[in-house]
Amino acid sequence: MAQLQVKKHPYAPKRSSLSEKKKDAINGYLYISPFFLLFSIFGLFPILFSFYLGFQKWNGLGEMEYVGFLNFKLILSDPLFWKALSNTMIMWLLGTLPQLIIGIILAYALNSVLIKFKSIFRVSIFMPYVTSTVAVAIVFGIMFNNQEFGLFNAILGIFDVGPISWGTSEWGVKVAISTMVFWRWVGYNTIIYLAGLQAIPNELYEASVIDGATIRQKIQYITIPLLRPIIIFTVFTSTIGALQLFTEPLIFIGRTYRQEGITVVLYLYREAFTNMAFGPASATAIILFLIIIVISSINVFVANRIAR
Amino acid sequence: MSEMKISKKFSLSKLLVYLLLAMAAFLSIFPLYWMFVMATNHNSAINSVPPAMIPGQQLVTNFTNVINTIDFFGAIWNSVIVASLATLGTLFLCSLAGFAFAKLHFKGKEFFFIFILVTMMIPPQLGLIPQYIIITRLGWLNDLRAIIVPGIIDAFGIFWMRQYISSNVPDELVEAAKIDGCSTFRVYWNISVPVIIPAFATLAIIKFMYIWNDFLWPLVVLRDQSSHTIQVALRGLIDNYVRDNGMILSGTFWATVPLIIVFLLLNRLFISSLTEGAVKS
Repeated sequence: MAQLQVKKHPYAPKRSSLSEKKKDAINGYLYISPFFLLFSIFGLFPILFSFYLGFQKWNGLGEMEYVGFLNFKLILSDPLFWKALSNTMIMWLLGTLPQLIIGIILAYALNSVLIKFKSIFRVSIFMPYVTSTVAVAIVFGIMFNNQEFGLFNAILGIFDVGPISWGTSEWGVKVAISTMVFWRWVGYNTIIYLAGLQAIPNELYEASVIDGATIRQKIQYITIPLLRPIIIFTVFTSTIGALQLFTEPLIFIGRTYRQEGITVVLYLYREAFTNMAFGPASATAIILFLIIIVISSINVFVANRIAR
Repeated sequence: MSEMKISKKFSLSKLLVYLLLAMAAFLSIFPLYWMFVMATNHNSAINSVPPAMIPGQQLVTNFTNVINTIDFFGAIWNSVIVASLATLGTLFLCSLAGFAFAKLHFKGKEFFFIFILVTMMIPPQLGLIPQYIIITRLGWLNDLRAIIVPGIIDAFGIFWMRQYISSNVPDELVEAAKIDGCSTFRVYWNISVPVIIPAFATLAIIKFMYIWNDFLWPLVVLRDQSSHTIQVALRGLIDNYVRDNGMILSGTFWATVPLIIVFLLLNRLFISSLTEGAVKS
């Protein structure tokens, strides 16, 4: 060691400039290593292991047994899985579409010039997003009580409608769950659209007015095209979120996993942690992953088509 | 300007805009208000036609029932610990990695960065079962570390920090500090960190809210009541045979209030953090 140091010394300036680069590299790897270390343990390995488990029969304790595509066959021939998938898709549409449309309308209203109390409106519309999903599901679950004293049924009762069995009927459950999703996310999307609207230069509108554009034309030819990237972004994220719907249905329909409200992730959770069937549960996770990839690709494809 | 003229001319359309916004604000706040009303009413007042609409006298009774059913304060404490530690860890590791990606030169940098971006696309449920098995093997079942340690992994955070450091910490400053003999870590700690405080605030709010509100993962790994976070504990309220809605909504209300208060105090920062962070990614 001592010998080495003595040898190094005469060339110290030159060497240190070289090792400066090396030091940079060593530090670089060092600083990004925690992510890769943790990710390989809690992210990458579990993902790869899921693909392995999808082809095994295992309850988490005993021996694993290779079963080929049996798990996938089991899942794909289970009517409940298809029910879960169609429920997920229906609630995706019910929860997402109104959310985005009303979000745009509210953002447009908020963006109209000279709106007083703007920040009060902004804060109150955003508040649901700060409320936890569990809390939202519990509150709406009680509002959507089957009995006539449930808040929604009481309101409908004023118009002599109902009572509707929100918790047990095919569409009641879906409307209730979609309402929860809608309520929590509509303000979030409104604010995102608002940010997009505010980025549109006012000169464009002024020029269009000189050209004699009506409000509808302004929306159609200026607002919507310039808002497009943000619309695509919100469609993308809310779609992925909707495909992973779990908390609301679990809280609302509870441990019975009623088939009117079961979703794909709820199905997965039930397979894994109620039935202790890790193989079929992993197969479900893989299928969900593939569905998300397909839908995301369609999203990207459509977005690119529209953008042209 | 033109918009101004129009809104002055057609005061009817202006009125409609106000009506629309007022209705939206009312519908956004009402469930929270109703939660409070129910939290102060007896179950029988809730389960009557029409349901109670004004606060009642049962505030203390309902909350006492909550405490007798679940370990409310213990669960809040667990949530605070879990969310704070995961947030601190995320801030440190993401800014360190973001700094490396923005200011240091090393082989494969682009590849590693793109790899991190790709991991953002993977749905978290894909690895759920093996993650559960790993936590079991580590002996972390019912242990808050099961939430904190995986919670530190944050691809978005690294991306966010890299973007912010790239555009806000000047290269000349980094080079000058190096020539003056600053170690790389001191360049990070003494020069970069003070500049990126706003990015810390944004990431902290996103992370804290995410961990605080997370449900699926804590539900899977925190089975024992003493380890429950508040979201998992709230579920314990509705699992009872006899449903006391006053008690259930009391727990839900008091679990929601802390975050709402912080939000109201810091509403500008909250709204811009949670939405801008999303849009820019």
